[in-house]
Amino acid sequence: MARFLINRFLQTIFVIFVVTLVVSFAIRLTGDPALMLAQGAGSVSEDDLARIREGLGLNQPFLIQYADFLRGFFTLDFGRSFLGGTPVSQLIGAALPATVMLAFAVMFVSIAVSIPLGIKAAVSRGKWADQAIRIVSLIGLSFPNFWLAIMLVLLFSITLQWLPPSGMDGFASFLMPAFTMGIILTATNVRLVRTAMLETLQSQYIMVARAKGLSENVVLYKHALRNCAIPLVTYFGLQFGGLLGGIVVIERVFNWPGLGTLAFDAVGARDYPVLQAVITILSMLIVGVNLLVDIVYGLIDPRIRTE
Amino acid sequence: MSATTTKARFERYKNLEFILGALLTGGICLLVVFSDLLFPGGGEKIDLSARLLAPFASMDHPFGTDPLGRDVMARVIAGGKISLQVGLLSVAGAVVIGVSMGLISGYYRGFWDMVVMRFADVQLALPFILLAITFIAIVGGGLTNMIILLIISQWVQYARLVRGSVLALRDREFIQSARAIGVKDINILFRHLLPNLIGPVIVLMTLNVANNILLESSLTFLGLGVDPLTPSWGGILADGRTYLQNAWWVSVFPGLAILVTVLGLNLLGDWLRDSLDPTGRTSR
Repeated sequence: MARFLINRFLQTIFVIFVVTLVVSFAIRLTGDPALMLAQGAGSVSEDDLARIREGLGLNQPFLIQYADFLRGFFTLDFGRSFLGGTPVSQLIGAALPATVMLAFAVMFVSIAVSIPLGIKAAVSRGKWADQAIRIVSLIGLSFPNFWLAIMLVLLFSITLQWLPPSGMDGFASFLMPAFTMGIILTATNVRLVRTAMLETLQSQYIMVARAKGLSENVVLYKHALRNCAIPLVTYFGLQFGGLLGGIVVIERVFNWPGLGTLAFDAVGARDYPVLQAVITILSMLIVGVNLLVDIVYGLIDPRIRTE
Repeated sequence: MSATTTKARFERYKNLEFILGALLTGGICLLVVFSDLLFPGGGEKIDLSARLLAPFASMDHPFGTDPLGRDVMARVIAGGKISLQVGLLSVAGAVVIGVSMGLISGYYRGFWDMVVMRFADVQLALPFILLAITFIAIVGGGLTNMIILLIISQWVQYARLVRGSVLALRDREFIQSARAIGVKDINILFRHLLPNLIGPVIVLMTLNVANNILLESSLTFLGLGVDPLTPSWGGILADGRTYLQNAWWVSVFPGLAILVTVLGLNLLGDWLRDSLDPTGRTSR
């Protein structure tokens, strides 16, 4: 077990290291921040540009800049934004909770809806309820999420004026973004729950539970659901990465003050320190959750460890 | 209920899935392919006397017109060209690269296999949208770059899928005997292994065409994709969003077009999965 953990851990460190290296290198190909900063200033000489670059530390060789980034990374000091000089850690500190809160809201909605639906589909396998759930989940999977977001704004903000169209301000502002992301995730999850339940329902302990005369709800939710919880938790964990990626788009539509909005503004201004930090943190979240899922799975299911 | 009726119902459901999927996908494809014949000029004609007509206000413009008086129906159908091109070409490219890589790394194992799989790990840790933002910032938007971006980010899926199947097949008797009688490696890979693992690949392809149409339109919607002057579903939507309050129809119809196309492909993919991939390796 110790070997499995060490191996997985080293792999994760390696992946994060490569990601930061690739990201820092790629960002520096996107264009010159000095030009972007100087744009508003009218005529700028080549000397001025050189001075701006020196001020931002961009005259150093790439490897030195990368080493600086890594050093700062371990002390949670990501430098200062090229725009306005706010410390990047402060910007991230403000944006990260908004993104993570939204992600959890989406996960919560999706799990709360997909478990009962998935169980219903599994129990009525092949009957009309199962097929209806299947078709509806296929439709859910096919929605362009940014379009759904716009349609919700049209209905609930413009026509009915019930919900705020953008920003993060209280419970009501969570509803539309969480629903938009949630509907697509739910469509996937219903199918996962259905498959997992179908396998579990065929096992003998379910027959025993039914033979004992337990009520159907106790059989399904207490005995069956608990036993297929492990694969489901794994799937839900692995989805977290895709979810964070998708949230970036939805943040843009709803003007949500999260990491996605931060990244979009940063790439426009070629604000290297901010972009570097956002991508690194998102990747670490994804890889970290995957590692956690693997460890939990390895603890519960000994067969995984030997692979 | 007896097993036979459940089975018969399932068959009926699968048939329905196929018919619906084929109708939706086929219909959209036909409309898009023949859009130049149906709407000469592709709806780009500006007619300020017919600005912001509501749908069905005039029989000439069943989906209404935008603030420049352009016909929304013609633009939406012409815009499908971009989406279908991106969807088909990106998947074709990713399949060719991914399947070859998967065959080679699964069959020969060793160093190359390790490199490809570690590369896959790194790529799976990068959220697609952020990869896209950075890539487009470096090389610029446009149709070709969009297709390249999708190929870069998706070949890994095929490589992993194929590699897994090759690992399961490479020590089976029919491969061993082919090797024993001296069949060349290239023939073993493409004539003996490939036909035995192509089913799940085809399923994944169908689902990815759908997925890439969604990705293309969302990137274009965000201003990172194809040129905003070319009509495309994401582009018309982004445009329509700015006057959502006055003219909902400009935003509604391109989105519906995406939904119908993607739904049709997903129905076909789902149907194909039950016929070609009974073990569910491409389930999601």
